[in-house]
Amino acid sequence: MTATPMPPTAAPSAPAATPTDAPAVHTAALALGDDALVLSHRLGEWAGHAPVLEEEVALANIALDLLGQARVLLSLAGDEDELAYLREERAFRNLQLVEQPNGDFAHTIARQLYFSVYQNLMYGQLAATESALAPLAAKAVKEVAYHQDHAEQWTLRLGDGTAASHERMQHGVDALWRFTGEMFGPVAGLDLDRDALREQWTARVTDVLGKATLTVPEGPQSGAWTAGAGREGLHTEPFGRMLAEMQHLHRSHPGASW
Amino acid sequence: MVTTAPEAPSAAAGPKAPPAPTEPAAAPAPTALEARLHALAGSVPDPELPVLSLAELGVLRSLRVSDTGHVDVELTPTYTGCPAIEAMSAGIEQVLREHGRDDVTVRTVLSPAWSTDDISAEGRRKLAEFGIAPPRPHAADGVVPLTLTVRCPHCGSTDTELLSRFSSTACKALRRCVTCREPFDHFKEL
Repeated sequence: MTATPMPPTAAPSAPAATPTDAPAVHTAALALGDDALVLSHRLGEWAGHAPVLEEEVALANIALDLLGQARVLLSLAGDEDELAYLREERAFRNLQLVEQPNGDFAHTIARQLYFSVYQNLMYGQLAATESALAPLAAKAVKEVAYHQDHAEQWTLRLGDGTAASHERMQHGVDALWRFTGEMFGPVAGLDLDRDALREQWTARVTDVLGKATLTVPEGPQSGAWTAGAGREGLHTEPFGRMLAEMQHLHRSHPGASW
Repeated sequence: MVTTAPEAPSAAAGPKAPPAPTEPAAAPAPTALEARLHALAGSVPDPELPVLSLAELGVLRSLRVSDTGHVDVELTPTYTGCPAIEAMSAGIEQVLREHGRDDVTVRTVLSPAWSTDDISAEGRRKLAEFGIAPPRPHAADGVVPLTLTVRCPHCGSTDTELLSRFSSTACKALRRCVTCREPFDHFKEL
């Protein structure tokens, strides 16, 4: 995002539009925009650390797609830079899944698998509605199809690979399972068939994990306060540290621009 | 004076753009002036693939001149996050300014979504000549399976393999020709 000039007096904690006093479409744009922004930042953390150069480029490209989606969505909800850089943790509405730390490569791929299958189905439904988000959804769904393909191919290779890669992939899939239930919760302004979403997501993920010789986790898909609350602004501990890194430059130099 | 919409050229903010001076239903046929300016704007080279013009890439959606002489240009991004859109906007403003048009607004529109089918036949030919395998036309909706044959732009062999789904830019995949062993970019179908 480009830094837009701001009055030097702008309080660093300038409150952004909160879902409670904004039209429903703002709530929806904020939720989906935050998903894209936060996952984009997480994927960007792989720069310089990916196992091979091709994957470094791939993850950065996926991050760029998500960042582009985030810019459009956040601009629908307000000022993109204010929303990205000047909100406190509790004002973010992203799923807890996307804020989870990268872990090892298999862990990141598991997160990509869960999220890209969801995003592909969700955007697909959204594109067919009259929502103000439909044009973005129609464009983004084509990009996300490649993200999903990328995640599925890696899930197959790692799951049906060596004993070590299988173990790591299974661990990633298991560890993130409890954050998947939140994807099927209601979001104001998003008129989706959530039952179909859950059904199709479960079918696809089950199919891919099966082909990858992995076991579909059996535990709950949400639990206690740790999952199911990102949409309400409750986040897991690592998210605060991620935000600090993402926001500190903009907050330290108000009004800075390229 | 060159004006841009408040959020341009930071692009991608299509929905935030001021309402277009929409011509309801059937837009009038472009005037001779509009056609001439459209050709000028369309001649701007793509910043990442300079062998292609914006017209050949299919990203220039419309150009209208108002009664007051204001030029309104609609541009669509290839990928939502494509950073080249800002350079495209600047390039269009520059070429129009060079031809005496200072009052220009370049707006980003998302709908209908750009498709690689919007790349012209001439554009595809130039891509191949440049060493980039052009996108295949869509037979139907959805992603074209990457296992379909992509022809090597260097030796023409159809025996090529995928190295990575994402290459130097989001719009390309990295492949290798099994016959001549050269790696090459493939413009992915979108």
